[in-house]
Amino acid sequence: MSTRLLPFYATLLICALAYAACVFQFPAMLSFRVAGNLLTDNAFLGIAAVGMTFVILSGGIDLSVGSVIAFTGVLLAVLITHYGVHPLIAFAIALSITTVFGASMGAIIHYLEVPAFIVTLAGMFLARGMCFVMTTDSIPIDHQFYTALQGLFYRLPGGGRLTFIGCLMIIVFVAGILMAHFSKFGSYIYAVGGNRTSAELMGVPVARTTIGIYAMSGFLSGLAGIVFSLYTSAGYSLAAVGVELDTIAAVVIGGTLLTGGVGYVAGTFIGVIIQGIIQTYIVFDGTLSSWWTKIVVGVLLFSFIAMQRILVFLSSKRTTAIGGG
Amino acid sequence: MNRLSKAALTKAAPQLLSLALILFLNYLAFPGFFEIRLQDGRLFGSLIDVLNRGAPVIILAIGMTTVIASRGVDLSVGAVMAVSGALAATMTVAGYPVPVVILAALGTGLLCGLWNGILVAYFDLQPIVATLILMVAGRGIAQLITEGSIVTFNEPGLIFFGTGSFAGIPMPILIAAFLLFVAITVVRRTALGLLIESIGINRSASSYAGLNSKLLLLVIYSFCGFCAALAGIIIAADIRGADANNAGLWLELDAILAVVIGGTSLFGGRFSILMSALGAIIIQAMNTGILLSGFPPEYNLILKALVIIVILLAQSFSSLGGWAFLKAEFRSKGAKR
Amino acid sequence: MTDNPSLLAAEHIGKSFIGMKALDDVSFDVRAGEIHALLGENGAGKSTLIKVLTGVYRPDAGVIKLDGQAVNVRDTQHAQKLGIGTVYQEVNLLPNMSVADNLFIGRQPMRFGFTDRRLMEKRSREILAQYDLDLDVTSDLSRYSVAVQQLVAIARAVDMSGRILILDEPTASLDSHETEILFAILRQLKARGLGIVFITHFLDQVYEICDRVTVLRNGKLAGSATTEVLPKIELVSLMLGRTLAVATHNVRRARPAPKVRQFSFKGLGRSRSIAPFDLDIGQGEVIGMAGLLGSGRTETARLLFGIDAADKGQASIEGKPVHIRTPREAVALGFGLCPEDRKSDGIIGDLSVRENISLALQAQRGWFNRLSRREQIALADKFVRALDIRTTDIEKPVKLLSGGNQQKVILARWLATSPRFLILDEPTRGIDVGAHAEIIALINQLCDDGMALLVISSEIDEIVAYSTRVVVLRDRVHRGELSGDDITTSNIMQMIAADPEGATA
Repeated sequence: MSTRLLPFYATLLICALAYAACVFQFPAMLSFRVAGNLLTDNAFLGIAAVGMTFVILSGGIDLSVGSVIAFTGVLLAVLITHYGVHPLIAFAIALSITTVFGASMGAIIHYLEVPAFIVTLAGMFLARGMCFVMTTDSIPIDHQFYTALQGLFYRLPGGGRLTFIGCLMIIVFVAGILMAHFSKFGSYIYAVGGNRTSAELMGVPVARTTIGIYAMSGFLSGLAGIVFSLYTSAGYSLAAVGVELDTIAAVVIGGTLLTGGVGYVAGTFIGVIIQGIIQTYIVFDGTLSSWWTKIVVGVLLFSFIAMQRILVFLSSKRTTAIGGG
Repeated sequence: MNRLSKAALTKAAPQLLSLALILFLNYLAFPGFFEIRLQDGRLFGSLIDVLNRGAPVIILAIGMTTVIASRGVDLSVGAVMAVSGALAATMTVAGYPVPVVILAALGTGLLCGLWNGILVAYFDLQPIVATLILMVAGRGIAQLITEGSIVTFNEPGLIFFGTGSFAGIPMPILIAAFLLFVAITVVRRTALGLLIESIGINRSASSYAGLNSKLLLLVIYSFCGFCAALAGIIIAADIRGADANNAGLWLELDAILAVVIGGTSLFGGRFSILMSALGAIIIQAMNTGILLSGFPPEYNLILKALVIIVILLAQSFSSLGGWAFLKAEFRSKGAKR
Repeated sequence: MTDNPSLLAAEHIGKSFIGMKALDDVSFDVRAGEIHALLGENGAGKSTLIKVLTGVYRPDAGVIKLDGQAVNVRDTQHAQKLGIGTVYQEVNLLPNMSVADNLFIGRQPMRFGFTDRRLMEKRSREILAQYDLDLDVTSDLSRYSVAVQQLVAIARAVDMSGRILILDEPTASLDSHETEILFAILRQLKARGLGIVFITHFLDQVYEICDRVTVLRNGKLAGSATTEVLPKIELVSLMLGRTLAVATHNVRRARPAPKVRQFSFKGLGRSRSIAPFDLDIGQGEVIGMAGLLGSGRTETARLLFGIDAADKGQASIEGKPVHIRTPREAVALGFGLCPEDRKSDGIIGDLSVRENISLALQAQRGWFNRLSRREQIALADKFVRALDIRTTDIEKPVKLLSGGNQQKVILARWLATSPRFLILDEPTRGIDVGAHAEIIALINQLCDDGMALLVISSEIDEIVAYSTRVVVLRDRVHRGELSGDDITTSNIMQMIAADPEGATA
């Protein structure tokens, strides 16, 4: 078994065990209703996490995700509710803005050669600030198109619903997996994350790739914002605070190396679901409190980072044993 | 010595000018800005307010400076603030005496920093990765301590650290000034300053020269955790309660920003704690200015974003030799005339 | 061997970096169906020449000709299009991606807009089959040894470029068996008519596989010849040169051997780095360490100073066993090391001359026993004067000094700690002639003052000038020792060039 896949299998195992333990305690959790809700409730997180996966695979980080989600939500609310723009047009506007926003961050990171975290930190402030410039209130969105989209679901047995946004998340994940493994761009992302210098020498267009990665993260954050706005039917400038941390956690728990170059989009899906399961368990339990999610996620983060560290250490030892230093 | 202080002043010119400009704009927005009055034995006024509100970020920036100088970063200080604040509030409510409460809260911060330090120095994790763990889990731990509610207290001994004053000066300012003094003295009177800069610039060469870089990193991160705890206590004492969700939220970013504004490079090396404190004051002056001019406080975020972008541009410009180029251009033109 | 016209020729190439001449009127060519060795010590200009040939740098003077036509190589991609493929020493592949990905990144076969992985993997297997490599092309490259990675890199370069292959020290980290496999493949490629440029430090390999050899020294062409007619001893003298004779008038000084040798290392070794060796050194003694690059010189120094932990052997000082596992422990015992790579392991670039000189002493004194500013200034002034460090100001960042002065600053850093045993790894590399002579005089003086010194150098004349004893290394083994009147340039060269006992590597 490849050591690269080990973190992914570990995640899968933890996910399965966690779900089994939950079901053992609360048999009701084994139902399509819970499964459907898991997808719906975590749709925006999942979509943003796909973008974050690519960013982290390339060796970067994007702290602006949560703010961009909030920004998109507020922008949609303002456009639709205040200006009467049709949601579809509003979606297109929002997605173009967030994509350009991400691309500019990518360009700054690449051309000014500054750490991604400080640039996306500025992005995070900027996007959150723009929310407040538009409005500080929570604006409800009441549009028939929204109602239509929200009413769009596939009825699962047992009262479960596979909603439009749940489906959208699955589509994004499938597209992300295809892109990671079956496109040139995907291979470039792994290449840049693996070793930038090598990638450059092998002819990978590093500038285009870096900008593309952050543009995509911006686009997916925008899409996550749309989903969030469908989910909450409102735009609120203080929404989605700290979502960037949840997405980073999902990516790392999903087995992606924070140093870049190694990981799977599918792992991120499992990472999102694990977080969802913890939350669902807490809801079912009723006596436990929500903060346990953060603590458990923190513990998982540490375990995975420690495990990766050990794997890297072991594999570096092994290659020296074969090939020499 | 005179020449040295003059050189230091020239170096600090951009920051001092920015501060002067911001203060002036504040004055334009609110003509009473520079008024200071003594009331009930305590100084009041916008300027005092800037320092008072800025104290927690100044304290954070002191610890963060040493971390960044060692070529690291600590993302967990906001969360550590929440933990120490939560602990202080909860223990106070449970009836522990104030000194015990404060020692416990500070000790917790030290432990959090120690944890980060171990991960960075001995596990060789990237600082961003290592401190991210506590950034996520810390807030959960804080909520665990307060059991999710906002714990309020009414213990005058503890409140004193937030809203009290001594010789007319608010306690947070005194605490920050004291820490600033101690930190600068320790860093410059012992060899620590030199050694921190040394490992930040070139860890490999420093190890070759016989430095114990691992132990030094451990101390640096522990100190940063300690500072975070101190800031957490002040904030809790100020609002007479602990809000695990919001205490210290985003303040890690403010602290990093203060250090960057102060001129310490994110790539480690030369640092100045005093300049970072000045950076923190600049940030707070912007905050206060926005409030005084009637904009919603959140506009500040945009301003901060712009400040970061401007600094990044200026840094990359100067690293490309831009300033020297401009200077030469200017000189040659001047000579022609 | 072959009288083919040149495939790729560089004629009268010149290249400077900020006033430093990296290449000066160098001509070099490779023909179809030949393996041409390019030799030279570090800084001789090999890598600059390669970078000029592959379009990373533009030459300031001279032309590059492909098939007799002048070409302008724009960048590495363009070089690949022209048929010039390069495999760098640090294998420039992506260990985190699959073997097939590494072979095809940037030019994957596409089908319906998606990468056709099956076709890509099939073609990967076909390519590797030419090299008798049967790998799982879907598994990560990092699973395979450096040797295999090297072969994959070659396979990629040949498949993409296919006319000229430049190999930069491909055997540096291979064992003899792996080297054999690599050579078999190179012979096969040569038979296919490729022109191969082979950079190495191993002379035996030059004679085993190369048709012609070109030697660079200090950015100039030192010589070029057919391997068959070039005796090994002559090749060594081409490589090492005798630049010093003119620079100093140092005649070898006979020194009495010390009565006691306080520092004793028995059977010290580290697998895959340096074979176990014995070394004794006493005060007032300079041990010169000679050998080509990659012969285990630096590895020996790293072991002695605790940068690498020894996995065998025992060190003792004045008869008492000591443990040296980190540089800190070595420094505590009174050791000092001026490393080979000044920039990454020596100077703290942004710190001032004063601070750099104070650093080791400060580290020794502990965190709280600070050298006051005045003490630091006194220390720095003293050594700036004693070593004649040329700097306008002791507050100047050390990175702004010239190489020779940086070297003196590092030396001063150790001298400030009054060490008992000082290791100098290539102390005179990359510094100008004047500073060169000064450093040699300094070594002699320190020795006279009773310090124990171990000096590693590529300049044989220099070693002869100051050593009480000389240790010669070859292929990561301490091969022998010379002392007294046996220390002559020709004796040392002979030991370096000697055929290894037994079979070829």
